[in-house]
Amino acid sequence: MMRFILPFVIFVVLSVFLYKGLGRDTSEVPSPLVNKAAPTFVLPKLSEPDQKFSPADMKGKVWLLNVWASWCGACKDEHPILMELSKQNIVPMVGLDYKDKREDGLATLQKAGNPYTLTIADADGKVGFDYGVYGVPETYVIDKQGVIRFKLIGAVTPENLTQTILPLVKELQAK
Amino acid sequence: MALLCLMPMFSHAGEAQDIADDPVIEKRMMQLAEKVRCLVCQSEPVSNSHSDWSKDVRQIMREKMKAGATDQEIMDLLVERFGKSVLFDPPVDKETMPLWLAPFVLLVLGSAVLIYQLRKRKSRIADEPSISAEDAQRAADLLK
Repeated sequence: MMRFILPFVIFVVLSVFLYKGLGRDTSEVPSPLVNKAAPTFVLPKLSEPDQKFSPADMKGKVWLLNVWASWCGACKDEHPILMELSKQNIVPMVGLDYKDKREDGLATLQKAGNPYTLTIADADGKVGFDYGVYGVPETYVIDKQGVIRFKLIGAVTPENLTQTILPLVKELQAK
Repeated sequence: MALLCLMPMFSHAGEAQDIADDPVIEKRMMQLAEKVRCLVCQSEPVSNSHSDWSKDVRQIMREKMKAGATDQEIMDLLVERFGKSVLFDPPVDKETMPLWLAPFVLLVLGSAVLIYQLRKRKSRIADEPSISAEDAQRAADLLK
């Protein structure tokens, strides 16, 4: 009997591993920045380049940093969801216009609407690099102490917003 | 000294121009970039990827090298930003230990099972009664 059960068990274990492997998205790299202090920077605002923004300005608040660009396709998918979120006034959201021309970024916001509390321009992508951005859109949840608590690679969807991002934001705001 | 004055200008070169102005640094950069995985491509090193992300990484490597950073410092910076998966040759540490050890564990387990089975077989063969003289005679007759 044993000589049948053992290979069967091994077969089942292997199948489970292989099946899990199939479902994994290997292009998604877990960020080493989670639970680390958000890198500091000073960037000009997109609409008023002579005004600067720094993450230190958000100390004491839970906030979202959403990396987007006018040339990014998936950003258009998440845009209506971000618009909806901004109407609810739950959490301030800073948009980081990544490697974009200023006029293109502004035109996109003009046309599709502006969900951001404020938008900053990272024209050469240096700040994006510091945040480990390699695909756009990406969204960071940053807590009151300025620590990155969560990083989403890819578009915000109603699912990950209501199941992951917003519960985390509420939890962090309560702290 | 003149070179030192020029350095800040280089490091603020802005938008990536992919042609290097210093062949020594370019060679060093390409050697290092071979060890870095392009995160937006599949299994391609940063050194020969055409993606924008890889271009940026190469540009950052150039700038850091011009600013005097060692290869190790640049690799550490990349790992800090993007995690260990940017390295083609992952380090042996607490996190990757199970992966490095798994083949040896499997080898030991497999050998143990094999040895156990062989021993069992040996004892079974030894237990089997040897042939009696009568049967041997019968077999010999049949084979005639």
